[in-house]
Amino acid sequence: MNIHEYQAKQLLKRFNVRVPEGRLVEEGADLELRAEKAALELQNERKNGVWVVKAQIHAGGRGKAGGVKVCKDIAAVRAAAKDIMGKTLVTPQTGPQGKVVHKLWIEEGSTIAKEFYLGIVIDRAVSQVVMMASTEGGMEIEEVAATHPEKIFKVIVDPTTGFMPFHGRKLAKALGLSADQTKEAIGFFGGIYKCFVETDASQVEINPMILTQDGKIAALDAKFNFDDNALFRHKDLVEMRDILEENAQDVEASKYELAFIALDGNIGCLVNGAGLAMATMDIIKLHGGEPANFLDVGGGASKEKVANAFKIILKDPKVKAILVNIFGGIMKCDVIAEGVIAAARELELKVPLVVRLEGTNVEMGREILAKSGLKITPADGLTDAAQKVVAAARG
Amino acid sequence: MSIWVDRNTKLLVQGITGSQGLFHAKGCRDYGTQVVGGVTPGKGGQSVEGFAVYDTVEEAVSRTGANATMIFVPPAFAADSICEAADAGIPLIICITEGIPVRDMLATKRYLASTKSRLIGPNCPGIITPGQCKIGIMPGHIHKSGNMGVVSRSGTLTYEAVHQLSKLGYGQSTCVGIGGDPINGTNFIDILEAFNRDPETHGVIMIGEIGGSAEEEAAEYIKREFKKPMAGFIGGATAPAGKRMGHAGAIISGGKGTAEEKFQALQAAGVRIARSPADLATTLVAAMGK
Repeated sequence: MNIHEYQAKQLLKRFNVRVPEGRLVEEGADLELRAEKAALELQNERKNGVWVVKAQIHAGGRGKAGGVKVCKDIAAVRAAAKDIMGKTLVTPQTGPQGKVVHKLWIEEGSTIAKEFYLGIVIDRAVSQVVMMASTEGGMEIEEVAATHPEKIFKVIVDPTTGFMPFHGRKLAKALGLSADQTKEAIGFFGGIYKCFVETDASQVEINPMILTQDGKIAALDAKFNFDDNALFRHKDLVEMRDILEENAQDVEASKYELAFIALDGNIGCLVNGAGLAMATMDIIKLHGGEPANFLDVGGGASKEKVANAFKIILKDPKVKAILVNIFGGIMKCDVIAEGVIAAARELELKVPLVVRLEGTNVEMGREILAKSGLKITPADGLTDAAQKVVAAARG
Repeated sequence: MSIWVDRNTKLLVQGITGSQGLFHAKGCRDYGTQVVGGVTPGKGGQSVEGFAVYDTVEEAVSRTGANATMIFVPPAFAADSICEAADAGIPLIICITEGIPVRDMLATKRYLASTKSRLIGPNCPGIITPGQCKIGIMPGHIHKSGNMGVVSRSGTLTYEAVHQLSKLGYGQSTCVGIGGDPINGTNFIDILEAFNRDPETHGVIMIGEIGGSAEEEAAEYIKREFKKPMAGFIGGATAPAGKRMGHAGAIISGGKGTAEEKFQALQAAGVRIARSPADLATTLVAAMGK
């Protein structure tokens, strides 16, 4: 799960990590008035006459797309709010369709002396937490890694000890901070590490992390990804979910506990097991087709789950054919076959359906499909299934 | 011969009174595995479907002499169960549970390193030595006793490989699913080392997927030490970057962990590559020069 920048900053503040003060302005009536009010409040509170109006969408690259504006008077704040709210921002991370701005974050301006990058991830290879910092703040870390790998500094934090001051000293030294700034940075890094661990984040990026002209370290932007498996113990984080930011099909699928990801092709896939689901997409592509989705109904899928999976696949008007690929281990093929038929009847399936069944009770399953009277193309093996569904999608 | 499990393995089931735990405890027993009992805290002294239930793993081990355990405990409590099994000295822990928080696994893995226990999984189908011992949720009947090893991050793709092998007339020595999570107990290298030493394993199919670098690390090991013919497949060549493809571990981040990189690493290590998941067994047979 992802959250917005303003939510990330509120979270960081709870862990005593310095962030610029700001106010959230949502879409609706009197937008400019509310933006002005927020700006005036901030000015009174912070004695700061510069503001930044920032579009809140779940994607980076907002600045270049016109979603971030620095304002030096109230009129500019009003104008920026009017301009950015409701706008569709197209950035390298949004895809070509872009994302509509529904929320703005207005924050006090910061005086920047230096910009850095700070990231925390779990390093799978060593099963530990890695903190990465770079002097190239504001740049995509992938780009820095490709062009200037020597400018990325890493410390590995053992989960038993947690973050220790020496980790902070090492990073601060690498970033060229002075003694006073180092003290400030150790507190900042420690707070972020604590936040990372206690919220069960899988990734945190502070880009840029800034050194202000008066020697303070602050997070000017913040991006969080959380471990979905741990959300059960973070009700407060779950409340931060913004489904407007997510693909509608994905949201629907998550309601039915189906692992689903929308893709750009025209062949719907319904598969059991994540690995087989990925391999099914791969083999479709190998035979010249394009998958419309990744969908794993899980190991113990019921008839209802299969029916719901069909409904979600059919919501995508691009879908020209569907491939059902089930290796029945725990799931029995006859049960799956009945589920497929029930769903096909209920939904009055119009697109060609290719079904490949293998495993437990496979003969019974095939017989049920053959006798159903429905137009279902049976397939024998993965290659046959892929070839048949690719041909069917071509029409 | 085989690796790690055989007809002498004595299996406990943690979470045996849950529906999944009981269903698969029976499945393993029906296959011929010695299931010596189960553990559910608070239900010690009961008996379900002929399985004796104990309150703690320690008690179950001392009463039954169990040397392996299979865990079906829900994700919020699974790390606790893994650590309890290690504390009781069980050498082989197979965790089937899907959805354990990464943070829990970080701490668990740290603890396991100080014990003698091996963890397979979590989020895995288990391990089977055909004809001798099945620990997990795989369909036993598709397996055949023989000399091919299978190791995979995916459950259903393991079945796919096994099914293809059996259909061609090649049985399996041992098949292991290492699980689809980013942090797991046993990795490709551990299993390949065991297959390398096992005289009854003549060739191996390895199935990886996008995300992480376990396949690249395995490729380094294979190049250095692995002596047997191998076929390899990587799932997720068509997966978009940044999306979690069902498995928590299957995510391409920052352009790293792509299928192509992994295919190339394996190929460079001398593994014969199957580009199609339909060709897992035929590729191995070809690699063996048959």
